[in-house]
Amino acid sequence: MTETAVAAVPRPRAASPRKVLVRRHSLAVRLTHWVNAVSLTFLLLSGLQIFNAHPALYWGNASTFSDPWLATGAFVQGGRLVGMTTVGGWHFDTTGVLGASQYHGVWQVRGFPAWITLPSEKYLALGRRYHFFFAWLFVINGAIYLASGLLSGHFRRDLAPTRDQLKPRHIWHEIVEHARLRFPRGEEARRYNVLQKGAYLGVALVLLPLMVLTGMTMSPSLDASFPWLLTLFGGRQSARSIHFICANLIVAFVIVHLAMVVLSGLWNNIRSMITGRYAIEVEETAP
Amino acid sequence: MTALPSSRRGWLKAAGASLLGVVLAGCDRIAENPKLVGVIDAAEGLNRRAQRLLSSRRTLAPEFSRASISRDFRANGTTNPADADYRALAEGGFADWRLVVDGLVDHPLSLTLDQVRALPARTQVTRHDCVEGWSAIAEWKGARMTALLAAAGLKPTARYIVLHCADTFDAGAPEGQRKYYESLDLVDALHPQTLLAYEMNGETLAIPHGAPLRLRAEKHLGYKQAKYVMRIEAVDSLDHIGAGKGGFWPDRGYERYAGI
Repeated sequence: MTETAVAAVPRPRAASPRKVLVRRHSLAVRLTHWVNAVSLTFLLLSGLQIFNAHPALYWGNASTFSDPWLATGAFVQGGRLVGMTTVGGWHFDTTGVLGASQYHGVWQVRGFPAWITLPSEKYLALGRRYHFFFAWLFVINGAIYLASGLLSGHFRRDLAPTRDQLKPRHIWHEIVEHARLRFPRGEEARRYNVLQKGAYLGVALVLLPLMVLTGMTMSPSLDASFPWLLTLFGGRQSARSIHFICANLIVAFVIVHLAMVVLSGLWNNIRSMITGRYAIEVEETAP
Repeated sequence: MTALPSSRRGWLKAAGASLLGVVLAGCDRIAENPKLVGVIDAAEGLNRRAQRLLSSRRTLAPEFSRASISRDFRANGTTNPADADYRALAEGGFADWRLVVDGLVDHPLSLTLDQVRALPARTQVTRHDCVEGWSAIAEWKGARMTALLAAAGLKPTARYIVLHCADTFDAGAPEGQRKYYESLDLVDALHPQTLLAYEMNGETLAIPHGAPLRLRAEKHLGYKQAKYVMRIEAVDSLDHIGAGKGGFWPDRGYERYAGI
């Protein structure tokens, strides 16, 4: 009741907001964004196929087979297969998803289920082929993105937080506003908010480069060329663990990213990443 | 409101599962399309070239302290060959075993284990990286491949070193493709850490790990480290060996270079 009453009252100084299209994303950002999205999708699905070949993670140079910090496995109980996931000594029954799941109606012992691996059947050799192909595409694409971001001033101009955005009060304000699903409007929507900047910089400059470096550290040939990789990550098995953790963080980022895209204006966001134009509402200024 | 009758719920689940099955089968058909896989394979050439570019012929794989040796080095692949000729050799303590070196060499050889042990040797503590993802560290002592090949004298036309093994790995495969084998480019065969190992962690190499002789090529994955080596052949082409891809697993879709 109250709400309709409020809505019925005309707004004071009814300045009608006018929609204007602003140039949001450069061509380089748009192209590299979509190549990146495709690459990361294939890398994730084929990466889970590769993980399934030995679904256990360790710290250090070598595997301590009896003591992984994370592992999936299965055992038979009462004539049926039970999937079990172990994380740091904790055991979880994950039947149907992790450890044991169905493939064409047949129960199988496998880390991740068929519907999220590429290919769906157990096929390490082909999973590796896809992983390395898209790894090259991802690295070349990422290099183009970084080079154009530096040269065009995109990082400095659009992604580096400004001094006012870094004030703790402002950051807290943004967190509260995001939690209420209220996003910057009008002139404030012309630039990325500080949480966006932090998330994009964290993914582009920390998580994705970490994926490349930890991936390289798993190569015996590259370890010979760059032994400092092993020092940096604490050994090949640590690198494999960090690779897995960062992949999970990227998935978490993508889930939040997609939610924000939907909640803050699905079509406007998608258009801006295809045509480059983003609609913002500006107050009509009285003559 | 009552729950869905179990039969209807069961039907929905079954319908969902079969729909998923159809979608996955479709995805797999695309993913395994030979033309597409042919395109995807381009990455392997890039991997090999990039790794060659970044690694000189003297670049050594990392070596570790004896304290880092794994207590639980997993034996993978064949762990006890069932082949009758191998069983007979093993029962005789490999006294009748001979390492044959032939192909494009000036002096074909047939060496006893003691003769292999008398070749210039190297000891190294290195990490073994299985293509599945796990690693294990061991100390290996073995004859340097360079010394063996120098003794045999490679002909200028030799381009690859093929290692023929005793173990039948795929009894159902066509004739000539059943036993394990691997191959090395010359640059990898002549690498200072490439050994024909007969000792592991200070003890005579055990059967699960490839007795009496196995390859160590430390810049490559585990499947390159051929076990139960019987014959070393220098060739100018891999086309006529196995299915022509230069190794038992390479014939089955894995990369021959095996550097990552």
